[in-house]
Amino acid sequence: MPEPEIVIDAVHKRLGSKQVLRGVSLDIAAGESLAIIGRSGTGKSVLLKHVVGLMHPDAGTVLVDGVDVPSLHTKELLELRKRMGMLFQGGALFDSLTVGENVGLPLREHTRIDDNQVEMVVKEKLHLVGLEGTQDLRPSSLSGGMKKRAALARALALNPKIMLYDEPTTGLDPITSDLINRLIRRLQERLGITSIAVTHDMKSAYHIADRIAMLHEGRIHAMGTPAEIQSSTDPAVKQFIEGSAEGPLLPT
Amino acid sequence: MNGTDAEPLAERAPFRPILNGLRDTGEVLILIGDVLRELPMGIAKVPLVVQQMVSIGLGSMPLTVIVALFTGAVAAVQASYQFRDYVPMIYLGTVIGKSVVIELGPVLTALVVGGRVGASIAAELGTMRVTEQIDAMETMGISPTRYLVVPRVVAAVLMLPVLTIFADVVAIFGGYLVAVLTLDVSGHTFTSGLRLYFHLRDVFSGLIKSFFFGAIISMMGCYYGLRSEGGAEGVGVATTHAVVASCLLILIVDYLLASFLFRVLFA
Repeated sequence: MPEPEIVIDAVHKRLGSKQVLRGVSLDIAAGESLAIIGRSGTGKSVLLKHVVGLMHPDAGTVLVDGVDVPSLHTKELLELRKRMGMLFQGGALFDSLTVGENVGLPLREHTRIDDNQVEMVVKEKLHLVGLEGTQDLRPSSLSGGMKKRAALARALALNPKIMLYDEPTTGLDPITSDLINRLIRRLQERLGITSIAVTHDMKSAYHIADRIAMLHEGRIHAMGTPAEIQSSTDPAVKQFIEGSAEGPLLPT
Repeated sequence: MNGTDAEPLAERAPFRPILNGLRDTGEVLILIGDVLRELPMGIAKVPLVVQQMVSIGLGSMPLTVIVALFTGAVAAVQASYQFRDYVPMIYLGTVIGKSVVIELGPVLTALVVGGRVGASIAAELGTMRVTEQIDAMETMGISPTRYLVVPRVVAAVLMLPVLTIFADVVAIFGGYLVAVLTLDVSGHTFTSGLRLYFHLRDVFSGLIKSFFFGAIISMMGCYYGLRSEGGAEGVGVATTHAVVASCLLILIVDYLLASFLFRVLFA
């Protein structure tokens, strides 16, 4: 197994009065695709935000390429973030900019390429996600699925080495979900992008992941290949992947 | 801290409001520091600054003009009522001019612009926060302070004095109209009174104040907007806080600046 690219070790995080993470530990190898599953509100997104330095752990370490993320200063964090892309749950496109401007923004901010080249890259990235010709549209006029795809194009603009996906398929129709799943898989296989996807869509998790980790009660409850998770005898895992209301996981 | 469920001291009832107040103060100071550090890079985003100047300055112009017109008009009515039988009407212009440029123009402009602009900044940035646009911006390595806060603060600091100048002129004109049309004071009497004891430093004191008011309005809008959480309700709370905080700070800072300007600087 190659050196882990991302190391999450004993991370604790409290938000308000709720202890969300209670010692999460995970290693993700370079080029690997990991899916983190778990119920809504278990802190999956919170965990993802620790990797990109949007949140700092109360205790524990987060290393990316051997660098301690929470201790980074603005400049170093900026350099790290240029190598990472993150797809947010609702897309998080900037309302005040067109789709093309959204995708081109990281390029204009962080590279010295001219307007023509920016336009070419924007076109290429939009083509990649199947959204050709939407450059001049406003995000408000896009459907949920299109927003997510446009956001994916934006996250890919700087050719990141690491991609983080926060609920990539939630709220999408099955066909668009499949498109996104294939895209995530293709990016990882062809470009060797390390990816972490947070999801409660089991179909998506099986499709995109080399390994699946289940977050439960603030810790990694189970970890394994999709096949191992599918055949798990752990009652909580079983209940979650079968989507049953009966079992150790109580309805919230 | 390590993963215990015990409620931290800071969450307990008697400490909470005090600690919240201290936290807000500290965080606003940090934001001011960030704004000063990002100022050169933020100003370099000229189109963003201009866009905000249009929205804050030009957008607030109709409201400012109407408020000022009626402020001047009511000042004329009230002053003439109090002058009757005691003070010669030549002083009507003097009183209106002085009170408008020193106090009414800058403060009332700041209060109405604070309501309008403070709320809109807080709502916009708050919506960006709860829809993760701010997080997305940071993840892309783009500083929200540079991109969002600095252009708004710079625009507000530049446009508030401009709005105040307009407000001063319109308010005095409103007073003039009322005096001439309804109070039996001749135009000449009014303008002579206006020129009597007119000091340019009075106008400057008002403009200095409005400069600070611009900073207060935009900083409060940005601060509460950026730290809003929890969807639409959170944005509503942020908007309310931003407006309430701006209005209170405007009045407090008005007192402090008045004390400084008239008791120390111009004394």
